[in-house]
Amino acid sequence: MNETMMSIYNSRMKRKRRFLLMTCLLAVISIVLMGLMLMLGNTFYPVKDVVSVLLGEDVKGASFAIGTIRLPRMIVGLFAGFAFGAGGYIFQTMLRNPLANPNVIGITAGSSAAAVFCIIVLHASNALVSIASVVGGLLTAIVIFILSKGSSFSIGRLILIGIGIQAMLNAFISYLMVIGNTHDLPSAMRWLSGSLNGAKMENLYPLIIAVLICTPIVLFLASRLEILELGELAATSLGVAPNKTRLVLLLSSVLMIALATAAAGPIAFVAFLAGPIAKKIVGVGFSNIVPAGLIGVILVLAADLIGQFAFDTRYPVGVITGIIGAPYLIYLLIRINRKGDL
Amino acid sequence: MMNTSVSENKHVWMPRNFGKLIILLAILLCLSVMASLIFGSRMITWTQLLDGLFHSEVASHEASVVRQRVVRTIFCFMCGAALGVSGALMQSVTRNPIADPSILGVNTGASLFVVCGIAFFNISSANQYIWLAIAGAMLTAIFVFTVGSIGSGGATPIKLVLAGAATSAILSSLVVAVMIPRTKVMDQFRFWQVGSVGSGSWDHISLFIPFLIVGFCIAIFSAPALNALALGDDVATGLGVKTGTIRLLASFGGVLLCGVATALAGPIGFIGLLATHLIRLIIGPDVRYVIPLSAFAGAIILTIADVCGRLLGSPSELEVGIVTAFIGAPLLIFITMKAKMRAL
Amino acid sequence: MKPTHTFRAEQITAGYDNKTILQDVSVTIPSNKMSIIIGANGCGKSTLLKTMARLITPTSGQVTLDGQAIQKMPPKQLAKILGLLPQSPIVPEGITVADLVGRGRFPHHSFLKGWSKKDYEAVAEAMEMMNITEFADCHIDELSGGQRQRVWIAMALAQQTDILFLDEPTTYLDITYQVEILDLLTDLNRKYGTTIIMVLHDINLSARYADYIFALHEGKLVAEGPPSDIITNSLIKDIFALNCMVIEDPVSNSPSIVPIGRHHNQIDNIAVKTKSS
Repeated sequence: MNETMMSIYNSRMKRKRRFLLMTCLLAVISIVLMGLMLMLGNTFYPVKDVVSVLLGEDVKGASFAIGTIRLPRMIVGLFAGFAFGAGGYIFQTMLRNPLANPNVIGITAGSSAAAVFCIIVLHASNALVSIASVVGGLLTAIVIFILSKGSSFSIGRLILIGIGIQAMLNAFISYLMVIGNTHDLPSAMRWLSGSLNGAKMENLYPLIIAVLICTPIVLFLASRLEILELGELAATSLGVAPNKTRLVLLLSSVLMIALATAAAGPIAFVAFLAGPIAKKIVGVGFSNIVPAGLIGVILVLAADLIGQFAFDTRYPVGVITGIIGAPYLIYLLIRINRKGDL
Repeated sequence: MMNTSVSENKHVWMPRNFGKLIILLAILLCLSVMASLIFGSRMITWTQLLDGLFHSEVASHEASVVRQRVVRTIFCFMCGAALGVSGALMQSVTRNPIADPSILGVNTGASLFVVCGIAFFNISSANQYIWLAIAGAMLTAIFVFTVGSIGSGGATPIKLVLAGAATSAILSSLVVAVMIPRTKVMDQFRFWQVGSVGSGSWDHISLFIPFLIVGFCIAIFSAPALNALALGDDVATGLGVKTGTIRLLASFGGVLLCGVATALAGPIGFIGLLATHLIRLIIGPDVRYVIPLSAFAGAIILTIADVCGRLLGSPSELEVGIVTAFIGAPLLIFITMKAKMRAL
Repeated sequence: MKPTHTFRAEQITAGYDNKTILQDVSVTIPSNKMSIIIGANGCGKSTLLKTMARLITPTSGQVTLDGQAIQKMPPKQLAKILGLLPQSPIVPEGITVADLVGRGRFPHHSFLKGWSKKDYEAVAEAMEMMNITEFADCHIDELSGGQRQRVWIAMALAQQTDILFLDEPTTYLDITYQVEILDLLTDLNRKYGTTIIMVLHDINLSARYADYIFALHEGKLVAEGPPSDIITNSLIKDIFALNCMVIEDPVSNSPSIVPIGRHHNQIDNIAVKTKSS
């Protein structure tokens, strides 16, 4: 081993250690928040009670509160947060622009519109709402990609077209909200900002299954995603088929995001913030899919706890993430503009 | 940038197709007025129309419907004209083909201020909405322009649009945050939020007029300088234009017009985009003609959109803000697809 | 020494969006040599390079490597033999130089395995060759244009391919860096026998550094051969529509062109001088 090799090896190992350490730390924080989600509520239950309920023992009072209310709420936060975080990171990396995330380019709006339509107009079952939101998200993604193909693919065009599509979808949602009954409004409000209220275990299986299936797929493609970041030409010459890889990544992340949207609404900014925050915390050079997913979990759970307990009124999680995320979004915009990447 | 080249010299004072366009606009204007008076959930016959307009002693239900629709149509015209001119001004100031109050997030800024007014200060009269909406629109516009023009190349369409979209997202979170604990506000607000001209009244109209006059005067006054600005700041300065002053003045005019329209009718998107692009397509980029003609085009488009909304939504109505989004967003997409990427 | 390959384009026609740019071009790349493609803007230089590097699928004809059509070979397998440095590669944000160079190792990686000793060796060697070891932990945005270009070439080197394509590797660089890059590529060719094929704008530098030149004009191959055989004033007139004199480069004895414009014309004097001497 010569000197150069040693120094490259050492600095890479140093970064790898930081990556692993920080990822573990994020996992620990997620677990703590998951615990808090189960312990806090109208009545506080200590860790001991929570554990015994989870182990299937019958604890008076706690079994109901935790088992049927807090557990589903925690699970939907966990899986939706992970789906938004990881899916958002994949979009941002694939399109090489932190602003090109499912929220900004209208994919979550597509899911929302389909879901709201099913709820307000068709009064459809939960299963149908899930399917519709996936179809809505996928269709929106496909339409955006086809329209932005043009003579040469450009991210800028894709974002603008996405914003145009989103304007239409939002108009459609507004219309549905107006024709909807007043008593449907609070539940429909979820589709404007995202909320974990009223999560039921039996409605969560599609999301859980999608995340459990898609995560290994995207992890398998993680190294290809890194190569894609160098641009289409460089990727091809390094032996990555850009279109095929992109298609699989796109399908898996849209699937996760659409089902998360169906379960919890388009929780604002999580898909957008998770990637850049993960990069800040764990560094660059290793695939940030898992850290970004964990950041997503932390954002959603922490925001939900804040929304539930910090104020007199209970705010849905999306409002809190929207307000927390705002300054960061502005900061990021300013920085991107300064660098002149657009 | 699209359509910002100087028009050919020989056409400077009379753009091509100008005469024909004026006639066409006049005809369309008349047709849209008629349509607006006649169509709706209740159809009006010719005699009923005349009764309602000219025989104030006739007190039939149809006649009073017509009288209501007169108010609505006038209000709709004013909103459309204001939004059309506002779009033309903003596009000239930013030298950016897709600047429109709704895309830049200015409407959401107005919304937030109005919601805060309703929720915290018990404001319910249009008089007070106006000032809040204008203040909200101004602050948002300044903010979005500032963020969007940071960095090299100034306010390019993509930067501006992203700054607008991001700001909108933030502001709408705040709007929801204000509304959620207050069901009454939510109910009052959700109709305002969609954007409708159905609520127009004589009070609204008389409130609107002074703002409209001020805004139009600013627009007409700054048009020649905006023409020079289209060639770039350096050239404009060389031609003796005070670029900073004219920018400030023209943006003030643009924000004033869209702020008032938003306050009175709710956020109505894409009119500025539609009207200005249509006019530019026909007569070319001379701002001195684009501004007044955009006013007409905006008025016509909004009125037709309103009629469509009434017909499609029958027996109730489809709010005009929804209709314009459905016409305007595809146009935005089309412009984006056609534009050279260099320009974005 | 790198193995010898038979690499040829057979009657390829290619272009973008229904617009044919290359027409019926056949070339055989001299193995273990440095070849340069020259021609005017829009003549199809880049298209030929990209088609041979399988970035563009030809509408007819095929590119073969040792008799096998490259479009049919497994991409990762091919990436161990063919490497390309695109004209304007994209820099991912925040990545360090060593990591970027390491990404060139992708075709050699198998699933889930981290970097092996061989990877570290290849990265270190490529960085040493391009003199960028001191920047290993720097971010790309901190480097100058010439340094950046060396990083990209190092990435292509770390890929350890037998054949390397470069699309205008010296564009936007000062003359100092242009010569430096071309010298480094010559080192690479002489030391390992890597076959190098590149597009270059500068005819004089092409003539000096190339073992073999392909001249394209309006999508067709008009001349090929060692520079001293094919660089003549009639060829330059044909492909660039420019009158010029061809003189001998005093440094390398390769042909060198001197353009003749409408002014400053001393040719008659020179002719007289040459006659009299």
